[in-house]
Amino acid sequence: MNELLSLLVDSSFWVAVLRIATPLIFGTLGVLLCERAGVLNLGIEGIMVAGAFIGWLTVHSGAGLWGGVLAAAFVGGLLGALHALLVVRLPLSQHVAGLGITLFATSLSYFAYRVLFPKVDSPPKIEAFSEMSWLPIPVLAEQTPLTLLAVLLVPAIWYVLYRTPLGLALRAVGESPHAVEAQGIDVVRLRSGPVIAGSALMGVAGSFLTLAAFNSFFFNMVNGRGWICVALVVFASWRPGKALIGALLFAFFDAAQLRLQQAGGGLLPYQLYLMLPYVLSIVALVLVARKAAYPQALMKPYVKGTR
Amino acid sequence: MIRRSLLGAAVAVCAAVLVLPAFAQSKIKVAAIYTVPVEQQWVSRIHKALNAAKDRGEIEYVFSEKVANADYERVMREYAEKGNTFIVGESFAVEAAARKVAKQYPKVSFLMGSSGKPQAPNFSVFDNYIQEPAYLSGMIAGGMTKSNKIGMVGGYPIPEVNRLMHAFMAGAKETNPKVEFYVTFIGSWFDPPKAKEAALAQIAKGADVMYAERFGVSDAAKEKGILAIGNVINTQKDYPDTVVASALWNMEPTIDTALKAVKAGSFKAEDYGHYSMMKHKGSELAPLGTFDAKVPTDIKKKVADKQAAILGGKFTVKVNDTEPKSTAK
Repeated sequence: MNELLSLLVDSSFWVAVLRIATPLIFGTLGVLLCERAGVLNLGIEGIMVAGAFIGWLTVHSGAGLWGGVLAAAFVGGLLGALHALLVVRLPLSQHVAGLGITLFATSLSYFAYRVLFPKVDSPPKIEAFSEMSWLPIPVLAEQTPLTLLAVLLVPAIWYVLYRTPLGLALRAVGESPHAVEAQGIDVVRLRSGPVIAGSALMGVAGSFLTLAAFNSFFFNMVNGRGWICVALVVFASWRPGKALIGALLFAFFDAAQLRLQQAGGGLLPYQLYLMLPYVLSIVALVLVARKAAYPQALMKPYVKGTR
Repeated sequence: MIRRSLLGAAVAVCAAVLVLPAFAQSKIKVAAIYTVPVEQQWVSRIHKALNAAKDRGEIEYVFSEKVANADYERVMREYAEKGNTFIVGESFAVEAAARKVAKQYPKVSFLMGSSGKPQAPNFSVFDNYIQEPAYLSGMIAGGMTKSNKIGMVGGYPIPEVNRLMHAFMAGAKETNPKVEFYVTFIGSWFDPPKAKEAALAQIAKGADVMYAERFGVSDAAKEKGILAIGNVINTQKDYPDTVVASALWNMEPTIDTALKAVKAGSFKAEDYGHYSMMKHKGSELAPLGTFDAKVPTDIKKKVADKQAAILGGKFTVKVNDTEPKSTAK
């Protein structure tokens, strides 16, 4: 218990929490945008791999760090457009198409990596984002600019969703596409846009891993973070503010377990600690998500003229 | 005259070209099957040794990387069917399947990374028995720590990891009995950001030397200006002011011995594990390089004496495959 209390006053702990949370914030906001428009995007894991790879590759081949982030967003958006084409325009199964995109994007990234770098013993490195030591805010000053961007995106997306006509239409298309159609708005376009934008965010989430959290690309390095985001968005009841809280909560448990593993000379098996963030997320999900209201048209394909 | 010699040269070249395929056929056809990408430290050593044999012109070498365990048996069969006579791989997670395939292809020689025993007639095993240099690198770590706290971040506590960690810890204890250890496992072989997080957590607790079992740990050490000890591969060129010493694994003695046996037709089911030990140059303590002047002389002398004792057979590093636990609070 003392161990836990001493953690809470340790600023390096909170720095770690925010750092671990950053890709989850981007990813969860991305999923949130897609699902608010009624589209499940299980392509996230693969889109993050592609973002991580392209972001790193762009910087490795000489562009600036922000160029890498933009490239990751662009490739994410491209894959999002493919997903939108498959599930919005030709209303195919959102599960199958999403998983297909994950497999496709993951394999393509690995393939491209091996073709471009056939003989490496240790993966090539880049100069990653450095900390924002100029910022006078304690914990945030030890983060990279991408973390700041992630945190600022939360109110921005909230504003767009709840305070603009576009946001209203976006939320409506996830609840009742028929009503949107009746207003004379093109459902296909209105759904495709958020899927592309959300996927771009997923790409950025991946690029954080190779441009800020680490400085080279590895196979498997996304390591399930995308799937966490899909769960976090349910925890968040599809609200941006709660998405931030969910990501921070997961990161809190993850940072804590890394620090508690040594407690009592490894008294408990380390697997229990590794499980901690996942188990507690499930508990939180059960408690919170019971009241969560799904976007009513989530995963329901819309074909013009049908009822 | 000149024309004639030119003609002669041309004929010689043509003859060489015609004869070459015949030479190529006498090369041993080798296939390797890895469950992880070839960048992974452990597998990179096997890949390197086989590539060296290929560059010497001894073998034809093909490989598959990142093969899922569920696909392993199929890929083994494919390579065996394609006429490869020597198959190298790692059967840790697929022991039963790999041994079954080996039985069905008695003419193919198999050399597999395994914690198990060899299986007659054609299934040999090897493993990274590099606990000796790990012990020596531990002695250096014990001599370099000022906080008497050493951090260790590992993937999973499997025997291949545990035995090196235990040897490292025993070595550190020898030069510095007060030293304590933090141990963290991240539950993944390939998540450098997470390994880095785990290392940063240990550094925040006071560790000032890190045992870098995974990619990511040395980066945390570099960022925080503390030291790291490498494992399996030598990463000092990437971290000249961070990585003090490394316990290197050389797969060449294992691979070359096995290739010789295959060529001579005398390949049997054997345990090649001891070819990874210092006696056979299968492992070594990497040169201190940039840290040569920074490691205290008495530590260097102790390490040199211990190395001589190991090579002379006077000292044996204990192999302990149990899961290491933290000793620091």
